[in-house]
Amino acid sequence: MKAVERRLMNEVPLLRRHLQVSTVLALVGGGLVVAQAALLAKVLADGFAGYGADGAAVVVPAAVMGGRALVAWVRGFLAQRAAADAKRALRDRVTAGLRRTNPLRLAGGRHGETATLLTRGLDALDPYIVGHLPTKAAVTVVPLVVLGWMARTDWASALVVLMTLPLLPVFGVLVGMHTAQRTAKQWELLSRLGGHFLDVVAGLPTLRAFGRERHQVGVVREMAEAHRRATVRTLRVAFLSSLVLETVATLSVALVAVPVGLRLLGGEVELEVALTVLFLAPEAYLPLRAAGAAFHDSAEGLGVAEKVFAVLDGEGRAAEGALPVPGGGRVPLSVDRVTVRYPGRAVPALEGVSLSVRTGEHVALVGPSGAGKSTLLALLLGFVEPGEGRVTVGGVDLAQLDAEAWRERVAWVPQRPHLFAGTVAENIRLGRPGASEAEVRAAARAAPAEGFVAELPDGYDTALGESGFGLSAGQRQRIALARAFLLDAPVLLLDEPTAHLDVGSEG
Amino acid sequence: MPPRPHPTLRLLQHLVPHWRRLLPAALAAAGSELAAAALMGTAAWLITRAAEQPPLAEVALAVVVVRALALGRGLLRYADRLLGHDGTLRAVAVFRARVYEALVPLAPSGIPAFRSGDLLTRLVDDVDAVQDLLLRVLLPVAAAGTVAVAATGTAAVLLPGAGLLLGVMLVLAGLLVPVLVLVTSRRDGPEERAARAQLAVSSLDLTRGAADLSAYGALGRAEERVRQAATRIARLERRKARTTTLASAVMLLLQAGATVGVTWLALGAHAGGELAAVHLTVLTVLALASFEALGPLLAAARRFVEVRSAARRLAEMLDAPPPVVEPVVPVALPASGPLGVEITGLRVRHRPGGPAALDGVSLRLPPERRVVLVGESGSGKSTLIATLMRFLPYESGSIRIGGRELRDCAGADVRRAITGVTQDAHVFRGTIRANLLLARPDATETQLREAAGRARLLEWIESLPQGWETYAGGDGAEMSGGQRQRLLLARALLADPLVLVLDEPTEGLDPDSAAAVLADILDATHGRTTLLVTHEREGLAAADEVVTLERVAAGPCGPLLTLPQGEG
Repeated sequence: MKAVERRLMNEVPLLRRHLQVSTVLALVGGGLVVAQAALLAKVLADGFAGYGADGAAVVVPAAVMGGRALVAWVRGFLAQRAAADAKRALRDRVTAGLRRTNPLRLAGGRHGETATLLTRGLDALDPYIVGHLPTKAAVTVVPLVVLGWMARTDWASALVVLMTLPLLPVFGVLVGMHTAQRTAKQWELLSRLGGHFLDVVAGLPTLRAFGRERHQVGVVREMAEAHRRATVRTLRVAFLSSLVLETVATLSVALVAVPVGLRLLGGEVELEVALTVLFLAPEAYLPLRAAGAAFHDSAEGLGVAEKVFAVLDGEGRAAEGALPVPGGGRVPLSVDRVTVRYPGRAVPALEGVSLSVRTGEHVALVGPSGAGKSTLLALLLGFVEPGEGRVTVGGVDLAQLDAEAWRERVAWVPQRPHLFAGTVAENIRLGRPGASEAEVRAAARAAPAEGFVAELPDGYDTALGESGFGLSAGQRQRIALARAFLLDAPVLLLDEPTAHLDVGSEG
Repeated sequence: MPPRPHPTLRLLQHLVPHWRRLLPAALAAAGSELAAAALMGTAAWLITRAAEQPPLAEVALAVVVVRALALGRGLLRYADRLLGHDGTLRAVAVFRARVYEALVPLAPSGIPAFRSGDLLTRLVDDVDAVQDLLLRVLLPVAAAGTVAVAATGTAAVLLPGAGLLLGVMLVLAGLLVPVLVLVTSRRDGPEERAARAQLAVSSLDLTRGAADLSAYGALGRAEERVRQAATRIARLERRKARTTTLASAVMLLLQAGATVGVTWLALGAHAGGELAAVHLTVLTVLALASFEALGPLLAAARRFVEVRSAARRLAEMLDAPPPVVEPVVPVALPASGPLGVEITGLRVRHRPGGPAALDGVSLRLPPERRVVLVGESGSGKSTLIATLMRFLPYESGSIRIGGRELRDCAGADVRRAITGVTQDAHVFRGTIRANLLLARPDATETQLREAAGRARLLEWIESLPQGWETYAGGDGAEMSGGQRQRLLLARALLADPLVLVLDEPTEGLDPDSAAAVLADILDATHGRTTLLVTHEREGLAAADEVVTLERVAAGPCGPLLTLPQGEG
C-alpha cells in the first residue's frame, strides 16, 4: 500500500472498514463463483452421461447465480455509501483545515484550486473507493479461492494458473514502468496541445478585435491534429500494458483448456473436472485484469487525496494567544521595527517599519503599489506574523492576544472585498448577523451605498456573489465600507478605499 | 424552420464523415469481444468432444482455433483501442474547428460563455464529449450487439428454442439495463445539482473570501454552510447508492436466467435425442460468455447520460443567433485616416427585448483627437466600445464613421478601423512576441520595439532571460497585473488602427502606475483618433477632451447612461 493510501485509511477510518467488508464480500463472491462453476459442470456432465434432464438439477445453480447478483448489488451499494461518507468526512476535514491556512494566501492565487478540491475535486475519489478498493480486496482473495478449488479438482491445471498468474502483475509493472517514462516525456507537449483550444476560444474576442479569427480556424485544426498524433504516439505504448495483460490472461485459458482436452482424450480426467477447470480458469485472472483498469482510474483519486493532505498539513499558524484585548481595543497601536518576509521572495515585504497610532487618530499611509501597505494592514489584522520586531495593542504583543477577539475589534475594508452568496443586507451584516434593518440602512447610507442599492432589482434583498447580481468594483467597495461601518469597531483599516470608487463618490 | 434533430444525433452527424476510420475500430472492438466469447465456446466444444474420446485429429483444429483466439483477443483489443482513439481524435479535430467557426460570430456578446471562465471550460469539455460518444458509448454498443447477434445465431442453429431464449434475454439485457442506468442516474438529478451548486458557491466564499470572513469573525458560519452542503450531497449520494448498482445486479440476474434456462432446454433436448451431447456444453458456455460482452454497456450508458447533456448544451450554443447581422452589400470604409466618429441618440440592448444598456447616448470623436470617457464601472462604457467594434448591434440612433453608417459596413472592416484594448482582452499561451504580433503579423522588429517602448514594456521584456521569447502562460498568469496591461496596450498600439479604443487600460494598476500609463497613452496617441474609457481621473490633463458619463438609473442589466430623464 502506498503511503498516501495508508494515510487516507488513517484519516478516514471508514475506508479501512470498507476494505474489510469488501474483502468479506469478495470471499463470498469467490465462493459463489466456485459453486457456480462446480454446479454447472456437474449438471452438464450428468446430462452428457445421459442421466436425463431433472428440472431440480438446474435450480441450485440458478440460486447460486442469483446469489452472485445479490452480492454484486450489496458490494456496489456499500461501496457507493462508503464513497459518499468518505467524501463528506474529507470535505469536513478540509473545511476545518482551511482555518489553519493563511486567509490571505487562500484568498489569493490558490482560491480556485482549493474550492475545486472541495467540490468536484473530491469526487475523483469515487473511482478509488467504489472501483479500486473493492477490486483490490477481490485480488487478494478471489484468485486464492478459485485456485484452491482448482487444485482440489485438478492440480495440473491449477499449476498452470499458479505459474501464469504472477506474470500479470510482473508484466504489468514492467510495461507500466516503461510506458510511464515514455508518457512523462510526452506529458508537457500533450497538455500544451490539449489546452490550445480552450486558449483560442477564450481569446476569440481578442482575435476578432484584431481580425485574426479566420486565420485561427486552420490553426485549431492543426493543433488538434498535432494533439492527436502526440496522443496516439503515447497510447501506442500505453496500451501495450493492457495488451500484455489481456494476452496472458486469455492465453492461460487456452493453456488450461487444451491440455485438459488432450487428457480427456486419453481418459485421464473426467468431463466434470475438465468443465469445472474451464469455467474457473478465467475467473482466476478476472480480478487482476479488473485491478489493472481500476488502478488507472484510482490514480487521479489518490492525487486528490495528496492535495487534501497538503491542505491538512498546510503551514500551521503560530500558536495563537489567549489574552483579552486591552481596553476593548480603544488603545494605541504600535508597530515596532517590523520586518516581514514572504517565503520565496528575495526582497522583504516590509523592512524595519515602525508606526504608532494613538486612540482616535486617523493615519493615512501613502506609497506606491508593492510598498507594503496591504502587508502592514495584514500585520495589524494578525494575518501575517512579523519575522522581526513586534506589533502591540495597548502595549500587549498582538501574538499573545486571542486573535478572534482582536479581529472583532477591527473593521477592515480590503482592496478587493469579497461579496458572499447572499443578499446585500446579509453581506453588510457579515460582522454583525444580528444587526437590525435600520442599522444596515444607516451603514449603507454612510458608505454611501444606499443610492445604488435602492436601484437594484430587489433592493437590500438582491442576491449577490458568484451566481448573483454583478456589482461594479466601486459598488463592491461601498458594500464593504457599509460592512465596516456596521461593525462600528474601535479600529478601522481601509486598504485603498477609493481605488475603485468612481468620479463623484470620493470627495 | 424545420424541427432540429435531437442534439445527440447532431453530435453523431459530425462523426458520420469519419466512418472510414471508425469502421475498422468498430470491427476490431466487435472482433475482440467475439474472440473472447468464441474462445470459451470452442474450448467447451473441444473439452466435450474430447470426452467422447475420438481420434486426436478430430479435435486438432479446435486446439489451433482456441490458441489463435486466445492470441487474437488481446491483439484485436489493442487495435480497437488504438484505431478508436485515432479515428475519434481526427473527428474531434474537425469538430473543434467547426465549433470554433460557429463561435466566431458569437464572441463576445452572443453567448454567456465568454463572460465566465468556468462556462468556457465546460464548453470546451462539451466539445470533447464527441470523443466519449464514440469511444465509450458507440464502440462498446457495437461490440456487444455483434456478440449478441452471433451468440444468438449460433445457439439458434444448435437448438432453435435455446437460441430464442438467449436472444430474448440478450435483447432484454441490452435494452433494460441501459434504460435502468438512464433512469436511476436521472433520479435526484436536479436536487443533487442544487446541492452541488450550493457547495460550489459556499466553498468559493470560504476560500476567496477567507480574509473577509476571518476579519469579520464569520468563518464559522461559512464553514457551517459548506458542511451543510456536503452533508446534503452525502445524503443524496447515499440514497442513490441503492440504485446505481441495481443495473449491474439485473445484468447478472439476466445472465443467470439465460444460462440456466438455456441449460435446461439443452438438457431436455439432449435427453430427447434432439441435441448432440457435444453441443450441450457449448450452449451453456455461449449463454455465459455472451453476457460478458454486454458488461461494458453499463459504463456506456452512464457515459451516455453525460454526453447527452453536453450535446444539449452545444446545440443550444450552436443555435444561438449571432448578435450582429452583417449587411448584405457592405459599404467600404476609408482605408486611411484621419477618421472621426459621430454617435447620436444611441440605444443598445444586450439581448433583444432586454433592458437597454445604453439609451440616448451621443458622443463626438473628432479626427485626431483623444477623447477620454470617464464613468462608473458597469455604466455601459464597455457596451459602447463593443458597439463601436460591431460586437453588439445598436437598436436606434446612429454611429457614423468617416461619413458611413456603421451598421452598413462589414464587421471585419469596422474592426480594422476601430480596435484596441477590449474589456476581455486575452493574453494567449505563447511567447510575448507572438502575443504582440497577433495584432500585426507583418510588423518589423523596429515597430515591435517601438510599440513595447511606448507601453513602457520594453525594459521589462529585455530584462527577461528569454526576452521576447518569454512564454506568457495561461491568460498571462506569469506576469504581474501591470505588465499584463502594458502588454495589451503595446498590442493595441502595434495594431495602429485609425480609431484606437482603450477600455480601462489601467485596470488593476496601482494609482501611481495608472497615472503614469495614462500619461504615456495620451502621449503615444497624440494626433490620433482615440477613445479612452477609464474610471481614473488622474493623469488626464493631456487629453483633448474629457467626457463624464452620469448614471441616472440602475436596472438588472446595469445602469443607464445620460440623457432621457424619464427612462429607466
